[in-house]
Amino acid sequence: MAILLSSNAQWVLVSTFLLGIAAGLIGTLSYWKQQSLMSDALAHAALPGIVLAFIVLREKNLLVLIIGATISGLIGAFCIQWIRSFSRIKDDAAMGMILSVFFGLGIMLLTIANRLPGGNQSGLESFIFGQAAAMVKQDVYIMSLLALVVILAVVLLFKEWKLLLFDPAFGQGLGLPIRFLNGFYTVLLVLAVVIGLQAVGVILIAALLIIPPVSARYWTHSFKGMLVLSALFGGFSGAVGTLISAMGSGWPTGPFIIVTAACLFLTSLIFGLEKGLLVQYLLHRRQKRSVSPKPIPPDWGMPPKVREG
Amino acid sequence: MVALSVKDLAAAYRKNVVLHDVSFEIKAGTLTGIVGPNGAGKSTLIKSLLGLHPILSGSVSFFGSPLEKVKKRIGYVPQRGSVDWDFPTDALDVVTMGLYGQIGWLKWPSKRHRQKALEALDKMGMADYAQRQISQLSGGQQQRVFLARALVQDADLYFMDEPLAGVDAATEKAIMITLQELKAKGKTVLVVHHDLETVEDYFDHVLLLNRTVIAHGKTEEVFTPELIAKTYGGRLKLTKEGMGYGHLVKQ
Amino acid sequence: MSYTAWILLTASLVGLTCGLVGTLLILRRMAMMADAISHTVLLGIVIAFLATRSLHGIHMLVGAALAGLLTAFLVQWLHARGVREDASMGVVFTTLFAIGVILIATQVGNAHLDVEHALMGEIIFIPFNVTQLPVVGEVPLATLTLLIVTILVIALILLFYKEWKITSFDPALAASLGIPVGLMHYLFMTMVSVTAVASFDAVGAIMVVAMLITPAAAAYLWTDQLRIMFVLSGLFGVLAAFIGYYTAVWLDTSVSGSMAFATGLIFLVSILLSPKYGLLGKRLRPAQGEVK
Repeated sequence: MAILLSSNAQWVLVSTFLLGIAAGLIGTLSYWKQQSLMSDALAHAALPGIVLAFIVLREKNLLVLIIGATISGLIGAFCIQWIRSFSRIKDDAAMGMILSVFFGLGIMLLTIANRLPGGNQSGLESFIFGQAAAMVKQDVYIMSLLALVVILAVVLLFKEWKLLLFDPAFGQGLGLPIRFLNGFYTVLLVLAVVIGLQAVGVILIAALLIIPPVSARYWTHSFKGMLVLSALFGGFSGAVGTLISAMGSGWPTGPFIIVTAACLFLTSLIFGLEKGLLVQYLLHRRQKRSVSPKPIPPDWGMPPKVREG
Repeated sequence: MVALSVKDLAAAYRKNVVLHDVSFEIKAGTLTGIVGPNGAGKSTLIKSLLGLHPILSGSVSFFGSPLEKVKKRIGYVPQRGSVDWDFPTDALDVVTMGLYGQIGWLKWPSKRHRQKALEALDKMGMADYAQRQISQLSGGQQQRVFLARALVQDADLYFMDEPLAGVDAATEKAIMITLQELKAKGKTVLVVHHDLETVEDYFDHVLLLNRTVIAHGKTEEVFTPELIAKTYGGRLKLTKEGMGYGHLVKQ
Repeated sequence: MSYTAWILLTASLVGLTCGLVGTLLILRRMAMMADAISHTVLLGIVIAFLATRSLHGIHMLVGAALAGLLTAFLVQWLHARGVREDASMGVVFTTLFAIGVILIATQVGNAHLDVEHALMGEIIFIPFNVTQLPVVGEVPLATLTLLIVTILVIALILLFYKEWKITSFDPALAASLGIPVGLMHYLFMTMVSVTAVASFDAVGAIMVVAMLITPAAAAYLWTDQLRIMFVLSGLFGVLAAFIGYYTAVWLDTSVSGSMAFATGLIFLVSILLSPKYGLLGKRLRPAQGEVK
């Protein structure tokens, strides 16, 4: 627990808290854009950019690595869009391909980078699972600052996002620059993903964008309420996960943050007021009573075995 | 003989009850149109009957038996939009799928099966398109392939979900001729139908549905302005000069 | 057999199995499910290791199959309770994976089970871990496991060929014909898990996704026939294995990374050049036009 005493550690805590808030906010937008898994694809697609930035610069400067990651993530996003619109390959396959092929390229480059002088000590590997403890003060500043940028962008453009997500056609009629907003959203999404790479890691950062909004959905129907709750869940997971991972030496941060988020999800799933299992169970029972006075055969709840759509 | 008997059926989609207290009997050898507004639960009804959607309560029997015992006697034509037409396969192959239940496990379709499928395609006027990739077919042609697939099943009771939606006039005619032929052979056919103007020409029985059965019986007795209005709740927007229910528009 | 030959054989088996399974993944629109399962399989391996304290073939396969089934079940369960499918996938696999990583970091220690190894795979070590077989002699364990899995996958695909076809194309009709759609779904998920874990040593958890999805997606651009798609996808997988291996030797870098990257190259060539659904192919035959 020594880490708690240093002021650096407190700063790390603040930065993962801010990261969680940013991820929770932008994750809510992704959820309503029906692109939850997009963040996963982008996170993996960022890896080659990080390693290339290191190879070019030969030092681990977080800002430069983030720029590299952002560019590579955006290229990944563009490729997914391109495959989707110019071939008969479906969404999910396009994402899966970009995710894994870019990651493969990243690993190729990482192996090469590790052979370079000083490469082995670069700690580039920590980007895969995240190591918040490895962050220096400058990293913390950069990360917090960028997280604040994302948070502000989501909050200030609140009503524009709302229109974009629920009725883009109507928004266009009002003169909303839909194309620009979509592009801006993608940039923010990539940004939120890449600033989390060092603390949470390539593989799990997507979860910090996916789990909080899904959990928030169990408590509220309003978009604003979902944004606030999702941000809170994200921030809480970021801070608590970092704290726990600091208790053991060499424990990766990312997995602990995600397990914290998952615990919040489980709580929401069971006790959530809007769609929680408990509430739904009670509702279902009342519904059936009103539908039929007769006793119900016990096998009513079998989920349909047929794929929907 | 009763082909289908439904008692007190109720079904929910997510939180909402979409069907309740649904009871009716379909006589064998009839051609019935299931008619009702959007969201009335028409597709859900068919899916619930076939065990593709969970039911909350009620019972269903086919020819006096539960579904499991008579599956081979029942044919189903899903909505055209429910499958991915980019699937790498051709028209003949899709029709052959109708026979998979009869072919049984571990066996491959034989020449005889393919011949049967080809005959069904021919009946729908699609023999020339047998080897055509399915995404290259027009909407009407795709629907004919679906119908051929149902024919090849040689079932006694057919459920068809909007087979006439978005098809060309020629296909509509071909499909209706086929349905009449099925009826003439003593088969029972239930069709979800959306076009009120053609109901009287196409079906001898009508089931008016809006979350529950509004009315069910011979077309001339049931398909009346009053009952249609009751089914559509004044939301009816269709109109045609000279039709009996033209005055219902936007009461 | 020489060292290189063993590596090429192993890599080719990965390419072949993944290509075959991948075809069904693409057609069933479950590409991201491969991503999910390949991650959660890690948890299965860790738990199998903690339970048996051994890292040998069969424990791993069973653990992986169970983890894969658990993933498929949980995703389905959440989906049936109103969580969108992609979101429920995202919740389930990241959580199970995180638990797996935590278990490794806190319980197992780096000595026995290495996270990075499981993620990246190390095909160059495969020929050193051999087992003795009658007649054939020494065979690398991972290669043997892969061979068995490949045979199993081919047998299952051939035995249930028409069932795979109909449950992928029109599950509603399949169910109405009395074909157990749910059972086929879980059998398929088991196949994906077992394939993923057998490929683990060679290419790792994430690159196996590339081997599963990309060759099949490329094959999808070349043909309109399921049979040919299976064959092409398997061939593309093997081709990626060869290109990947020699690229890795040339650049002195990771074999698994290069294999994943090679599948991307094959896809790029396909999307540009395929006469049927490629960009150039379309441009060369404008008369045919696009139907829908």
